[in-house]
Amino acid sequence: MPFKTPEPDSSRGQASIGKAVKINGQIYSKEDLYVDGDVEGTIELQEHRLTIGPNGKVHSSVKAREVVVLGNIQGNVDASDKLEIRKDARLVGDIKTARIIIEDGAYFKGSIDIVKPEPAKSGGSASSQPRPPQQATPVAASNTQGAAAVAAEMKR
Amino acid sequence: MLRRPGATLPPGPAIIVPGNHSSATTLFNKELVTSRASRGLEQFFAFLRDQVGLSVLDLAGASQQNINFITNLGHRLYSEDFVRTLDDVFGEADPGDQANQGRIDQFLRQTLNFENEQFDGVLVWDVLQYMTPALLAATLDRLRTIVRPHAYLLAYFHADEKAQQVPFYSFRIKDSQNLILAQRGTRKPAQIFNNRSLEKLFQKFESVKFFLTKEQLREVIVRR
Repeated sequence: MPFKTPEPDSSRGQASIGKAVKINGQIYSKEDLYVDGDVEGTIELQEHRLTIGPNGKVHSSVKAREVVVLGNIQGNVDASDKLEIRKDARLVGDIKTARIIIEDGAYFKGSIDIVKPEPAKSGGSASSQPRPPQQATPVAASNTQGAAAVAAEMKR
Repeated sequence: MLRRPGATLPPGPAIIVPGNHSSATTLFNKELVTSRASRGLEQFFAFLRDQVGLSVLDLAGASQQNINFITNLGHRLYSEDFVRTLDDVFGEADPGDQANQGRIDQFLRQTLNFENEQFDGVLVWDVLQYMTPALLAATLDRLRTIVRPHAYLLAYFHADEKAQQVPFYSFRIKDSQNLILAQRGTRKPAQIFNNRSLEKLFQKFESVKFFLTKEQLREVIVRR
């Protein structure tokens, strides 16, 4: 199913950097951000969504709750909730996220760490077992029908 | 955008393609998709299955299925689109240039430059057969340095020694025993290997094991 292409939307509290804008430095935002221009530096949105538009070129590390890439990122990405790399997007860098969606045709080079979000703290004492620092997030696998193939084994 | 050469297949919904394929084959989103069992894959993941936090290198570029499968096992995945970089550095037309030492160094810097990382497994897939001898030797030497001792490499080679063009696949992991092969077209191999030449190719590694399949595809699992 094709994804809907996100567009800048200032009506719902989203800042926007247009395609003719170039920024050198650090960006902090307390609302969603749409970047369609060039950014060199760092981008940090904490609890918000960052969208790199199709013309966007980001040479920086990126930290946000959710990151959607349609353009180009060269730098590490830390998306606490979800990262989407759309068709024709290009991401070169290391990824740390809870969930990742990558479309066919996207280019990615780097490492992927799936980090499960910290569970909400409760007053009970049920969680006595220590948890590993990183755990994979269960994601449904492909449903393509399988079929057996016959293999002949030759040992050296 | 993919720059790989290959025949364009018409768009449309999934269609069962009749023919002599030994497993389910469909045409989906311009790709000829085949699902098949893989003994090599089974052995590869038998080594990784009972551990977590390992590092796996996938040389076929990023795909949703491979990311899901490997990260669900609790491992860290490194993704590298080997063939795309091969074409970027050497061009698609002239494999003769793959003997140029400067370009070989450039290619290795772009693809296997992991000074502080060692891998517990490498999904090589079918990329080695598109390399001429000088580049292939340099690539295998580099792979040996970035793979931990006793770790495994999983590689595929087309077995038809007379083939001028071979199917060019995107390899996607369905589960620990089954693969989905999405054919993106055809490509001219730089070398064709038989069992003897494969043994010679991997002679610096601890062991090599072959699985011959119906689809003229030779699965090779190599232990560092």
